[in-house]
Amino acid sequence: MSSSTTTGRPQFNGSMRFLHWLMAAMVLTMLGIGVAMVASLGNYHLLVSIHRPLGIAILIVVVIRFVNRHFSTLPPFPPTMSSQERFVAHASEVLLYTLLFVLPLIGWGMLSAARYPIVLFGSLHLFPILPHSVMLYAFLRRTHTILAYLLFLAFIAHFGAILFHTLVVRDGMLSRMAPWRARAR
Amino acid sequence: MPSDSIAPTEEQSAPLTGRSRLVRLGGVGVVILCVVGGFLYLGGWLSPNALTPGRFVDEFERMGGIHSGFRRNHAKGVCVRGFFDSNGQGARLSKAVVFRPGRVPVIGRFSLGGGDPHVTDDLSTVRGLGLQFSLPDGEEWRTAMVDLPVFPFKDPRAFYDNLLASQPNPNTGKPDPEKMAAFAASHPETVQALAIIKSHAPSSGFDNAAYYSLNAFRFVRADGASTYVRWTLVPVQPYGAGTGASQDKNFLFDELIASIHQHPLQWRLLMTVAQPGDPTDNATILWPEGREQVDVGMLTLDSVESEETSPARDINFDPLVLPAGMAPSNDPLLSARSAIYSQSFTRRAGETKEPSEITPSEVRK
Ligand code: HEM
Ligand code: HEM
Ligand code: HEM
Repeated sequence: MSSSTTTGRPQFNGSMRFLHWLMAAMVLTMLGIGVAMVASLGNYHLLVSIHRPLGIAILIVVVIRFVNRHFSTLPPFPPTMSSQERFVAHASEVLLYTLLFVLPLIGWGMLSAARYPIVLFGSLHLFPILPHSVMLYAFLRRTHTILAYLLFLAFIAHFGAILFHTLVVRDGMLSRMAPWRARAR
Repeated sequence: MPSDSIAPTEEQSAPLTGRSRLVRLGGVGVVILCVVGGFLYLGGWLSPNALTPGRFVDEFERMGGIHSGFRRNHAKGVCVRGFFDSNGQGARLSKAVVFRPGRVPVIGRFSLGGGDPHVTDDLSTVRGLGLQFSLPDGEEWRTAMVDLPVFPFKDPRAFYDNLLASQPNPNTGKPDPEKMAAFAASHPETVQALAIIKSHAPSSGFDNAAYYSLNAFRFVRADGASTYVRWTLVPVQPYGAGTGASQDKNFLFDELIASIHQHPLQWRLLMTVAQPGDPTDNATILWPEGREQVDVGMLTLDSVESEETSPARDINFDPLVLPAGMAPSNDPLLSARSAIYSQSFTRRAGETKEPSEITPSEVRK
């Protein structure tokens, strides 16, 4: 649970690191599947059949992750970050969490509004969460696209900032979230 | 939120010199560009000539015009309701709940092929029937069928190329015969399919037409064994060849409305079972005569409604909305149809709905 030890560098605890990389893999897969399926004829059905259950899995994992973060001690920000940077970093984390929660809900909601059966696998399907309205569907469908692109941009900014800190500022930012235990230098 | 306490300073490395800092900054830029490039590649932005659902629907819109709120194909239609009585025979082929003995409610839509919602009825226009079966466990089975025994195109590309080739020449108002001939020359399967279609004279109406799934589907039994099937709705109403004598713009729809008001309309649902080697990926080819046909039950349609008042207008009869026990075959048309119907549905969903040709007053008794 402890975030920094006397021998190691400050690090997120094991469960946070695990959930971070699990979700990073799921979310990047989802973004890729999302843009690929709407441009594809031959793979559309296969991809959309993965997109629905994986998106719902993200919704479940993000709730677990949020609760876990709440009960974890976070490592302090590195001193290389100015107070503006800290503010931006925190805001981007809020944005990422919000999108990870809202985007799958919109996916579920838009299929509900269009009265598609929301099949996960086999005969397992979700109940509709919104009334039948194709206008509402059209609005949510557009919102789903816009927020998915926004999530991609937020990820690029996040990834770019981590790379910048790790490679240019060289403050070992990546090791704070590294899957392995960071050692002191 | 991370606390603001300062971490030990020995964590920092010595600042970089100007040159190596620039090199590393460049490295960060390259990595980011690669990720963005990969995303653009996956989304098809780097292949502007690939056939996508959006481009397919654009082509329908170019051919048929954009009619606010209407389907981009099979635009003219009327909605129906009824039920399906399963006799339990289908359970031999598929574990789908719809094949257990019993009755499930059905909502559907009869339509004419083409993008014009106000087109004049014609016996030679393709007739369609979309159905949604609502199963007791909340699953759905949707299907969109036409009255042709085979489909003219083996894959979405062929359909698209045919749309391009049949574009009317602005001077003559007719398709360019040279382009049509070139298309036929490179698509012998289309020529053969059209010959089969021409040998079946269309029936006189919607009510006495047979409707075909055309695409093959994979049925999975409770024990996991699977077979390939195509299905046909065979009308109980006796066949009569159409004369085409009526001059009335909506004669096909008006006759359907009159006949459904007289008595419920019925179709038997027949499953044709493939033998190993029968093509499951090519809807232009008939399966050989004598294949086993399983009669799985009776469809009854007993009420009719204008699109303007029926929820069926707002349904996407996507042929891949299937219950457990039914799955797509390897027919390339299926995934493409699912993608393209979704695109057409999304576009029309957000538009204001203009009045339908078949109005609520037209369907009244
Ligand atoms: C974090 C979760 C999710 C991400 C990152 C995501 C991402 C995307 C992306 C990028 C697209 C393509 C948008 C476009 O280019 O127009 C898309 C489309 C779509 N998503 Fe999601 N999505 C998520 C969750 C969900 C969920 C939970 C569902 C449903 C249960 C869902 C259903 C759909 C559908 C039906 C489409 C459009 C298919 C079509 O238009 O034919 N998504 N999504
Ligand atoms: C390969 C790509 C990624 C890398 C290299 C990466 C790296 C990191 C690192 C090093 C941190 C710690 C930052 C700090 O010291 O405060 C972090 C935190 C975080 N990352 Fe990522 N990340 C990646 C992808 C993602 C993705 C796709 C998401 C969103 C789904 C994401 C969401 C977060 C969040 C929300 C935090 C804050 C800590 C938490 O609440 O878990 N990351 N990431
Ligand atoms: C690649 C081939 C095909 C393409 C591109 C295509 C395209 C379309 C489009 C864009 C729609 C309008 C969807 C909507 O907005 O809800 C539609 C409807 C329809 N299609 Fe297809 N189609 C294809 C093959 C077929 C086949 C093989 C059949 C029959 C077996 C068929 C039968 C129908 C029917 C009956 C409708 C109307 C359904 C309704 O009332 O909503 N189509 N098609």
